[in-house]
Amino acid sequence: MTALALGANRPTAISPPAELQAVGLKKTFRKGTVEIPVLKGATVSIRRGEFLAIVGQSGSGKSTLLHLLGTLDAPDEGEIWLRGRRIDNLPARQRDNLRNRHFGMIFQFYHLLPELTTLENVLVPLMIGRSVWEYLRQRRRHQRRARELLEVVGLSARLKHKPRELSGGEMQRAAIARALVAGPQILLADEPTGNLDQVTGQEILEILGSLNRQQKLTIVMVTHDPAIAARADRVVRLVDGRLECP
Amino acid sequence: MYKLLLCLRYLRTRYIALASIISVMLGVATMIVVNAVMSGFAREMENRIHGILSDVVLETRSLSGELDDQRHKEAILEVAGDAVEAMTTTVVVPAMLSFRYGDNWINRQVQLIGIDEDTVCGVSDFAKYLQHPENRRQPSFLLHERGYDVRDPLGGEEAPLRPQMASAGWEHRRRMAQWRALEERLKQAEAGRTGAAPAPAGTAPQGPVPYDPFAQHRPDESAQFDPARQQHPGAILGLILATYRTPGSAEDHFLLLPGDDVTLTFPNAPQGEPPKIISRNFTVVDFYQCKMSEYDSSFVFVPMRTLQELRGMIDPASGLARFNSIQIKLKPGQDGQRVRDRLRGAFDPRFYVIQTWRDKQGPLLAAVQMETAILNVLLFLIIAVSGFGILAIFFMIVVEKTRDIGILKSLGASAWGVMWIFLGYGLSLGLVGSGVGMVLGLQVAWHINDVADWLGRLTGKPVFDPSVYYFYRIPALVNPWTVAWIVLGAVGIAVLASVLPALRAAMLRPVESLRYE
Repeated sequence: MTALALGANRPTAISPPAELQAVGLKKTFRKGTVEIPVLKGATVSIRRGEFLAIVGQSGSGKSTLLHLLGTLDAPDEGEIWLRGRRIDNLPARQRDNLRNRHFGMIFQFYHLLPELTTLENVLVPLMIGRSVWEYLRQRRRHQRRARELLEVVGLSARLKHKPRELSGGEMQRAAIARALVAGPQILLADEPTGNLDQVTGQEILEILGSLNRQQKLTIVMVTHDPAIAARADRVVRLVDGRLECP
Repeated sequence: MYKLLLCLRYLRTRYIALASIISVMLGVATMIVVNAVMSGFAREMENRIHGILSDVVLETRSLSGELDDQRHKEAILEVAGDAVEAMTTTVVVPAMLSFRYGDNWINRQVQLIGIDEDTVCGVSDFAKYLQHPENRRQPSFLLHERGYDVRDPLGGEEAPLRPQMASAGWEHRRRMAQWRALEERLKQAEAGRTGAAPAPAGTAPQGPVPYDPFAQHRPDESAQFDPARQQHPGAILGLILATYRTPGSAEDHFLLLPGDDVTLTFPNAPQGEPPKIISRNFTVVDFYQCKMSEYDSSFVFVPMRTLQELRGMIDPASGLARFNSIQIKLKPGQDGQRVRDRLRGAFDPRFYVIQTWRDKQGPLLAAVQMETAILNVLLFLIIAVSGFGILAIFFMIVVEKTRDIGILKSLGASAWGVMWIFLGYGLSLGLVGSGVGMVLGLQVAWHINDVADWLGRLTGKPVFDPSVYYFYRIPALVNPWTVAWIVLGAVGIAVLASVLPALRAAMLRPVESLRYE
């Protein structure tokens, strides 16, 4: 009942002003006739500029939560608010637009497009967000921005390489550059170090940390590893489909 | 922009799609080549038929004909004078052609056509198909001294030589006359030696006088006819009547040459009594070869006036002649069917048949058209099959690219955007396939004879046998509209085939494709 009560209130009234808010999220997956409830009313509020880590065991639904926050999937119940605006029930076109401009996403398996070079992969969000003419008119500006970002993540020497020619760490750096190229306010990271060795993982976390500190980027990172979660400002734990603060 | 980029990348990196490009390409190329050759053949045939027949033909139902062509021509001009450019009268009668070859008599069934050599050229391409250059300028029923073409004038460089034609003309006639006279003398000498009573020249012969078995029908033809210096009325024979071909060769062997005499036998046209048989000698003065074997093997042209006189078609009281048909050439741009319908209204259908040249050869032209249509349907099915190939390959690619589709969606690509990637991919496959196919098809169509020669050398069996077709090159006619339709159809099929996979890609939920590796 708490979820309903919260949903009825204007969440903007809660202080301090929240960047991203999830209220009473429920999500159930079906495998044949069997229903598997994954989220059972997860509620979380993320402040602007915060580095939040969500910790949970494998299969606890952390990725699902992250996908719901990033509007990749729709919750069965509950609401998601971005800066005082409800986003989970927006039309598809507006949700596409949100993913393109307001959220940056990085994944455990990097998910770069294998046919494209590093530079092109980074440029894809800019291409998606613009028409052909718009893009071509400002091509130089876009490319400059992509190069700058690749320099920030330390990949300037790998612009023309295809993903299969890159190491795991390099691919994740390219994925970070891609996530940032459209200038999002929130970065959603799904086990960003899950497939990397410790040293490379630390480097990636280093990059995320400095983005958070220097550019005031809001970061939501899910991980199963408490040690990695410790790099965040705040850690919440996902247990049995609900979030609890330790 | 990402759609374009990805389309192009997929096109360059997915080699499996090359298979569908090739199948589209082959389908398009085949269709273009087959259409070009079919319409080449059809055009060749229509040209021939149209060249032989005039635009509109008025025929009498009676074989004896109707009286006074002048009056009929005036009636035609009255009805459709604005459309008529020229007219000519002909007399047509079935006949038998007989000639001697060696010691044998050869008989052939022919269509005997009396033409007016002064007006026939204004109406049809009759002159174009003759073998003497002078006759092609102005046809004449007088034998030429020499100068008959030794190579098929319509055949071009490929046509084999006809060395026998070099001696055709008066030269041949004089030599044959000498030879026949010698033969006659030898026979008489032999008859004298054996003691049999020789038949005196000029009386009705008994026994074998090989030169003129019909002499008894022509008492008017005096004995002093000198075949070395005189000719009978001229006749122009369809070339196949006078030649034969050995199988597998395009070479014509002549049984007769201009200068030889032939006998034509045909019914007369009496009024009110049963027809009688008329037989008369003619001298071959030229050959007619329009390359429609139906015509080349049955037409014999003689002067119309001669034929009318022989058949008794001239009314003794008025001096007016009867005729069988009037051929009408229309002014450029006139619609033959409209003129035909106007004329049909003016002439009694119980006595006259009025047809355009297309009507006269309707079944043949319709058959060719139907063949082309059926071939097109079948060949288009080939392209449709390649469409299913694209469908299958695209489904595979969508499955393979599920993760990439999820990534694009997580980066903000819309379902439509993802769909357009695959539609665009299908479109570019279709464009590339049919573009290459078009180039290939056009190249083959333009160099069809080289290709046929090469194939012939490769298989050891000629692909195109000129002895079957009476032309020496494969005619190919590329119609730009046909090519445009084929290419458009192929591209359309490629796009249609990619709709389903594209829809499936668009429906994919991004999360499902991203969650697990």
